[in-house]
Amino acid sequence: MAYKKMNLAAVAGAVALCLSTGIQAADAPAAPELVSGASARMLSETCAGCHGTDGQSVGPASPTIAGMNAEYFTEIMQGFRSGEIYSTIMGRIAKGYTDEEIALMAGFFAGKPFQPAKQKFDEALASNGAKLHEKYCDKCHAEGGKVLEGEEYYILAGQWTPYLENAIEDFKGERRPMPKKMATEFKKLMGKEADEGLKALLQYYASQQ
Amino acid sequence: MKMNRRDFVKAAGAATAVGLVGVPHIAFGASKKVVIVGGGTSGATAAKYIKRLDSSIDVTVVEPNETYYTCYFSNKVIAGILPIEAIQVSYDGLKAHGVTMVKDKAVAVDAEKKVVKTEGGKELAYDRCIVAPGIELLFDKIEGHSAEAAEGAMPHAWKAGDQTRLLRSQLEAMPDGGTVIIASPPNPFRCPPGPYERASLIAHYLKTNKPKSKVIILDAKSKFSKQGLFVQGWEKFFGFGTDNALLEWRGGDDHAVVRADPATMTVETAFGEEVKGDVVNIIPPQRAGAIAQASGLANESGWCPVDQKTFESTLHKGVHVIGDAVIAGSMPKSGYAANSQGKVCAAAVVALLNDAEVGVPSYVNTCYSLIEPDWAISVAGVYKLGADGKIADVPGSGGVTPMDATPEMHKREVEYAYSWYDNIVSDIFK
Repeated sequence: MAYKKMNLAAVAGAVALCLSTGIQAADAPAAPELVSGASARMLSETCAGCHGTDGQSVGPASPTIAGMNAEYFTEIMQGFRSGEIYSTIMGRIAKGYTDEEIALMAGFFAGKPFQPAKQKFDEALASNGAKLHEKYCDKCHAEGGKVLEGEEYYILAGQWTPYLENAIEDFKGERRPMPKKMATEFKKLMGKEADEGLKALLQYYASQQ
Repeated sequence: MKMNRRDFVKAAGAATAVGLVGVPHIAFGASKKVVIVGGGTSGATAAKYIKRLDSSIDVTVVEPNETYYTCYFSNKVIAGILPIEAIQVSYDGLKAHGVTMVKDKAVAVDAEKKVVKTEGGKELAYDRCIVAPGIELLFDKIEGHSAEAAEGAMPHAWKAGDQTRLLRSQLEAMPDGGTVIIASPPNPFRCPPGPYERASLIAHYLKTNKPKSKVIILDAKSKFSKQGLFVQGWEKFFGFGTDNALLEWRGGDDHAVVRADPATMTVETAFGEEVKGDVVNIIPPQRAGAIAQASGLANESGWCPVDQKTFESTLHKGVHVIGDAVIAGSMPKSGYAANSQGKVCAAAVVALLNDAEVGVPSYVNTCYSLIEPDWAISVAGVYKLGADGKIADVPGSGGVTPMDATPEMHKREVEYAYSWYDNIVSDIFK
C-alpha cells in the first residue's frame, strides 16, 4: 500500500525531531524534567476544545475524530509532526506528543462512536456524487466512505464538508500526500469531472446522516 | 473482587431500580459533595467532567448569572461582526448532566468548616470545593477611575455581557473622526492577546464605517502576545506606522494609564501625557476574583498558588482553584487553558474522592485572534507537569502562526477560530 511509504517518511521525520529536541533539551540550562505517563483519556480530553467532546466535532472546519481508525490517526499525527502533511496549527500541537502518547490517543478516539455531522446538502448533487463515489472511490473507501472495522481509511461519510473542502485543497495543492491509488483515481476524476465532480462527491458524503 | 466506591454506587443504582431504595445510602452515608464557585469556563468544565467521570458525585455550581456570556468572541460583538446572542450560553446543558445550579453569589469559602457561604445566606457543605472565580478588576489602581465610571463613561468590557453591549453602543454612537482609547493592563491579566485583537477589530469597524477615526492603545507593557503577527497585520490592513494609521500602539512603563477623568473623557499616562478620547476603554490591572481574596486563597501576588497537578490550593486543603485566578506555570490566562485545567482538576477531584491515585496530567492551550474578518492568527501550547511541580511547555511544541503564512492560511485560521468557538462552548456547557 502506498501509504506505507508515507509512513516511513513520517517515522523518519519523527526520529529526526526527537533527536533535535533531545539536543535542545540538553543545551537548555534550566529546563526541568517533565512528568510523562498521562492516561489515554487525560491526553485525549485536551483535544475537545477544537474537536468536540470525545472527538465529536460540532463543526464545521475541524473534523470529527471520534471513530477514526487508530493506524490512520497515528499516520496523520506523525505526518503533522514531521511537517509532511500541511497544517496551520496541528503541526505545532503534534510536536508536543511522543509516539506512545499518540498511540494512546489513537486508541481512545478509535473507541468512540462516530456520529455523522448534521449539515445541509444539495440532493441532486449528492445523488450525482453517489455515482462518482462508486466509480472512483468505493474500491478503498467502501460502503460510501463509512467507518469500517479494521479498515485503514479516513471517514468520509458524514464528515464535515468545510473540513473536507480544505483537505481536498491540500491534496490538490500537493501539500498533503496522497496514496498512489488515490492519486491515480483523483487525477481521473479531475480530468473527467473537474471541480463540479468534487463538489458533488462532498455533497454525497454530507448527505449520509 | 474488591468493590470500589464507584462499583458500589453502580450496584446501588441497580438495586434502586428494583426497589431497594435507601438501604445502601444508610450504610455508606450520603454521596460525596463537590461545590463549585463560579459557572464560567473552568468551573462549568469541571462540573461537566466530574459528572462524566463519576455521576454519583453530587455537583453544585454557585453562579449568580442566569446565563453566561463568553469572553471569547466578545471582541467580535464589540466590532459588530456578531450579535451579542452569539456569545450567550445557558446552563441547561450542565443541568442535563445532573449538575445542580444555585443562582446565588458565593461570598466566602470556609475551609475549616468545609462550607461555601452565599450572599443569599446559604451554607453549602462540601467534601471538596472548586473555586473558579475569574478575575477582579482593580479600578483603584487608576486614580479617578471606579467601578461606577466603568458602568458608564469608561467601560472595561473585560467581563462579557452588559459591558460588551455598552462598549459596542459607544462605538456606534461615536462620530466619524473620533478617537478610541484602549488602556491595556500590566501582566499578568486575562486573555493576553485580547486587547490587541480588540484594537484590530475596532480598527476594522472604523475603517469600514468611520474611516477618519483612530484607535490608540496605551499599554503598560513594552511587548505583548503575538506581537509580530499583530504588527504585521496592522501594517497590512490599518497603515500601522504611517501618518494615516488607523491604529497606534504606545507601549512601555511611560504609557501606562495612571489617571482617568470620566467627566472630560481624558486619561493620563505615567509620563504625564494627557490623551482625550471619544470612546475610552480602560482594561484595569487584575488579580484573582474577589472570593479568592476574601477566602485567603490568593498570595501576595494577588493570584492563587496551587499544586499544579491537582489544582488544590497550597493555602487551604480541600479547596481547588482553576482558571484565570490561578498560578499555573507557563499556561496563559485563556479560555482554552481554563477548559484544560477544569478537566485536569475534575479528574484529580474524582480520584481523591474515590481514594484513588491521581493520574499524570496533560494540558493544552489553543487561542485564535482575528485581525480582520478574513485574517486570523493563533498560538498553541502543549504542557506537562515539571519535576519541579510547575506546568511547563513541552520543548519543541506549540508557538504562533508562522510570520510567512499565506493569506489562505490566515483565512483558514478564521474558519478554525469559529469551529474552535463552537466546539469549546459545546465541550464546556453542553
